[in-house]
Amino acid sequence: MAVTKEKPQSVDPAAAFFTPGSDIHDTKAPAGPIEKKWPARQFTAKLVNPANRRKLTVIIVGTGLAGGAAAATLGEAGYNVENFCYQDSPRRAHSIAAQGGINAAKNYRNDNDSVYRLFYDTVKGGDYRARETNVYRLAEVSGNIIDQCVAQGVPFAREYGGLLDTRSFGGVQVQRTFYARGQTGQQLLIGAYQALERQVNAGTVKMHTRHEMVELIVHDGRARGIITRDMVTGEIEPWYADAVVLATGGYGNVFFLSTNAMGCNVTATWRAHRKGAYFANPCFTQIHPTCIPVHGDTQSKLTLMSESLRNDGRIWVPKRAEDCTKDPRQIPESDRDYYLERIYPAFGNLVPRDIASRQAKNMCDEGRGVGPLVTEVTQDGTTQQRRRGVYLDFAEAIGRLGRKAVEAKYGNLFDMYQQITGENPYETPMRIYPAVHYTMGGLWVDYDLESSIPGLYVCGEANFSDHGANRLGASALMQGLADGYFVLPNTINDYLSGGPFEKMSDSTPEVAAALGEAKGRVERLLSVQGSRSVDSFHKELGAIMWEYCGMERTAEGLQIAIGKIRQLREDYWNDVLVTGVNEDFNQALERAGRVADFMELAELMCIDALNRRESCGGHFRRESQTEDGEALRNDDEFAYVAAWEFTGDGQKPILHKEPLVYEFIELKQRSYK
Amino acid sequence: MKITLKVWRQARNASTGAMQSYQLNDVSAEMSFLEMLDMLNEQLTSQGQEPVAFDHDCREGICGMCGVVINGAPHGRYSSPVATTTCQLHMRNFHDGDVIEVEPWRAGAFPIIKDLVVDRSAFDRIIEAGGYISVNTGSAPEAHSTPAPKLQADRAFDAATCIGCGACVAACPNGSGMLFTSAKVTHLANLPQGQPERRRRVKAMIAAHDDNGFGGCQNIGECASVCPKQIPLASIGQLNRDLIAALFHADGRNS
Amino acid sequence: MAVTGLVLIAFLLMHMYGNLKIFIGPEAYNDYAEFLKQDLLAPILPHGWFIWIFRAVLFICLVLHIYCAITLWSVSVEARGKSKYVRKNRKEQTLASRFMRWGGIALFLLIVFHILMFTSNTFQLGWTGKQEPYTMFMGAFAQPWMVVIYAVFVGIVCVHIRHGFWSAFATLGANVGKYAQIVLNVIAYFVAVLVFVGFMLPPVAVCFGLVS
Repeated sequence: MAVTKEKPQSVDPAAAFFTPGSDIHDTKAPAGPIEKKWPARQFTAKLVNPANRRKLTVIIVGTGLAGGAAAATLGEAGYNVENFCYQDSPRRAHSIAAQGGINAAKNYRNDNDSVYRLFYDTVKGGDYRARETNVYRLAEVSGNIIDQCVAQGVPFAREYGGLLDTRSFGGVQVQRTFYARGQTGQQLLIGAYQALERQVNAGTVKMHTRHEMVELIVHDGRARGIITRDMVTGEIEPWYADAVVLATGGYGNVFFLSTNAMGCNVTATWRAHRKGAYFANPCFTQIHPTCIPVHGDTQSKLTLMSESLRNDGRIWVPKRAEDCTKDPRQIPESDRDYYLERIYPAFGNLVPRDIASRQAKNMCDEGRGVGPLVTEVTQDGTTQQRRRGVYLDFAEAIGRLGRKAVEAKYGNLFDMYQQITGENPYETPMRIYPAVHYTMGGLWVDYDLESSIPGLYVCGEANFSDHGANRLGASALMQGLADGYFVLPNTINDYLSGGPFEKMSDSTPEVAAALGEAKGRVERLLSVQGSRSVDSFHKELGAIMWEYCGMERTAEGLQIAIGKIRQLREDYWNDVLVTGVNEDFNQALERAGRVADFMELAELMCIDALNRRESCGGHFRRESQTEDGEALRNDDEFAYVAAWEFTGDGQKPILHKEPLVYEFIELKQRSYK
Repeated sequence: MKITLKVWRQARNASTGAMQSYQLNDVSAEMSFLEMLDMLNEQLTSQGQEPVAFDHDCREGICGMCGVVINGAPHGRYSSPVATTTCQLHMRNFHDGDVIEVEPWRAGAFPIIKDLVVDRSAFDRIIEAGGYISVNTGSAPEAHSTPAPKLQADRAFDAATCIGCGACVAACPNGSGMLFTSAKVTHLANLPQGQPERRRRVKAMIAAHDDNGFGGCQNIGECASVCPKQIPLASIGQLNRDLIAALFHADGRNS
Repeated sequence: MAVTGLVLIAFLLMHMYGNLKIFIGPEAYNDYAEFLKQDLLAPILPHGWFIWIFRAVLFICLVLHIYCAITLWSVSVEARGKSKYVRKNRKEQTLASRFMRWGGIALFLLIVFHILMFTSNTFQLGWTGKQEPYTMFMGAFAQPWMVVIYAVFVGIVCVHIRHGFWSAFATLGANVGKYAQIVLNVIAYFVAVLVFVGFMLPPVAVCFGLVS
């Protein structure tokens, strides 16, 4: 075991930003051997008589893999489901953009795969910051997901015998990833969407598109409904239910530039957080190394390319900064720095995602990046121009394998790259740069996926539960569908069996208050009438987060960031310009509300990152690394889930720790040697 | 480069719209078409005017949310060398001084909500009518119990790549949604799991297609030509065959 | 629409075949006309019945074809919506497909005129009184302006068939892939050109005095 460069600071600078709270424990997972837990919970959960189900209403926000699957399944079960999404159709949720595949422990390859191995890989991949019980259940139901999807007509890749094809993915040694070319997410989502539309037709699910949730209604300590804004008419109205499910995805857009869709936002989960739901591990974000770099200041989002490109491409930057503007083909071998191969001779270009990402940043920070100049604000407040890209070169692979073979393997990715950049990657090296891709953090949930507010359930990327500090490739789709199809429909009944709850109306005090809050916020945003657009604030927030809470974090930087975010938030409420009126299709207003919530979340992310004085998974603290720059975990102090409780605007949040107890898997330091 | 944009502005469905001209001075060739519209909107906002409303989400060409008619072609198909969605069209395909006309999808089944935003919920209603396989969660048999021939699975996949953007309807001189409908029919008709409901599905979906105000197919082919996912016209052939076969069976007569 | 259209195309081909008998001579031509009217399918059917059944079938096809066309047209107008494109750029739409409906109207007028002229003998252009079909034909096309008008209408027929043939087969599900699309379109062109040539040969010949 290598030694740390710097010892973690003895005085915790984070202490000034929060109040310690009581520990929490997930109380719903039954005791006993791990493989008996889920069947035991299914047995102990109280049931709802099928005849009574239609008297119970469930609100589901989000129509992605988790939300769409949950709505379809609860609809089939006979509950009265109200389903909401901000897009114009449930089929557009961002699950659709997932490329790679979906893991399942089918062991079709006869390669030693098992539920237990998938469980083990996921916990290990999550750098031992995930909850064992949830992950085991995820692995347990993974096989059923494939069965279900095939039956729905998802056209998975097949072999000539007509059976399903699988491939290896994300650095694991078994071939357990099912895929549908490079569009697995699309196909799975359309499967869920079809199941959902079937229930819409059957009348069990009522679909509300172009409706954005802007507030949660909590009554008598239970989640009893939501407030939405109709994005076409601007109407702000309450919806009541016996339970509320949030499946609203991740919050990567806090960085402004990410691979998330433009509309992805934290509003639903953040509003729930403000109403009492704990937010767990907000600082855990995954940064993906092979994205198409930023082209300039008007860049609006980033596009991911499959990581498989690193199998044959060689990553390099020029040795001298003055070569960075040259045509890469004119730079002789001797002037190229294949930095990953140089620094990590054993793994070379195949080092884990976080290392590949961080080193690309380091090269560009040294001034050896390539591609267009991008304006940035540095930590000392000055503006500078940097090139943010490194080469991913296939010249050697084309020479070795021939263009045909490279085309067969990566053709669609090369086409995508060419369409976006206008450069032909067969002739000139690709340029890549890391980008925010997935957020492992989210609302805290127990074994039943219930948050700290009774009756509020959270599924998919919106919860924190299964990926720990880092998500393995092809596991996001698995988790979304597991939660939506198999977990939630077997746990929410335990809560619903206590219903139907007291009838709600617009005059219920909490409803009136929530309506007032939602309307007040809109009015406030519209009344500022400042001088800056919403996007300009969002970009600035993103730049702060990327600089201080991105690939590499330091105690010092995070404290600066918190100060900057607070300042920016103040400026926002004094100087933002939102055009138009509420009673209209008003996209500026939609964005304004989302950015306001991102600004609050950003601060909590930095506080969480500051508190976690260790490096693990996607969270890299410069103070906590081994001699080779590998993340160094601190299991003695930080083997816990940080669940944050909101206490009020401008108030310190309370940190509740959920200790992570590893009964079945032994904690090990990650090593890629 | 300098671009003159002529954009359809319409305050709401009931109002009358008109093309309005805007000048953009610093458009870079690397921008996507939607980033160029973002730029226009920033410019409008800074002048205190209301930005142009347009639908967009993933900006990776997969969600199907974006879509405007550019210089007379959905997704600016004829400004691009390859099939594309609006979000994947880049400004390098245009030249300094170009005048670009931007209009919404125009079809009876897609009422305009505002500016370039239209209501495509009619597509959801077509799927709702039968574009699925009825299998409740948990009742699926083991995935390998029914092999599916690779060739047909691939054909199903090709059709299943439809993103439901509505470009086919926007391009069709008859405002028909047949390519969209046929993509779903072809997808499910080529899989063994789709067989039991095959006849009912095609009847129900076509009935929903007609009920939702789409026009009839005249086999012109504009739809397939602008389709960002290159769904072929032959899928309408599949739909027609399935429909004809279904007409000789009772399935779905009362649904 | 597709089925009736194909029946009508089949009829046109048969009609064209009949017209070509003009080159064999007056007897052949008149006999053929007479045979159609009196003897075809006799004695399965009594004399003179076939032509009326035949006419009835054609008439029903025509009415159905027109009915479908009008229905589809009105559906199309609705489906296109009230909001019109300021600019259209359509690359696939052929002239033929674009003028299907206007062409259809022109064809309807042609058919009415043709019946009034050669069947009911209401218009007598180039002959007087009740005449043999051959005489009527010779009389009508002795006048060059008639040939020109005829050429225009036959041209419209061909354009209509060009798209109609392909579209009918596509509607019946014959478009199984990109090669099928090519093959069907090539055949459509072939049939259209065949109809044009086949229908234009006799009048041109008459006009230039090659048949007497």
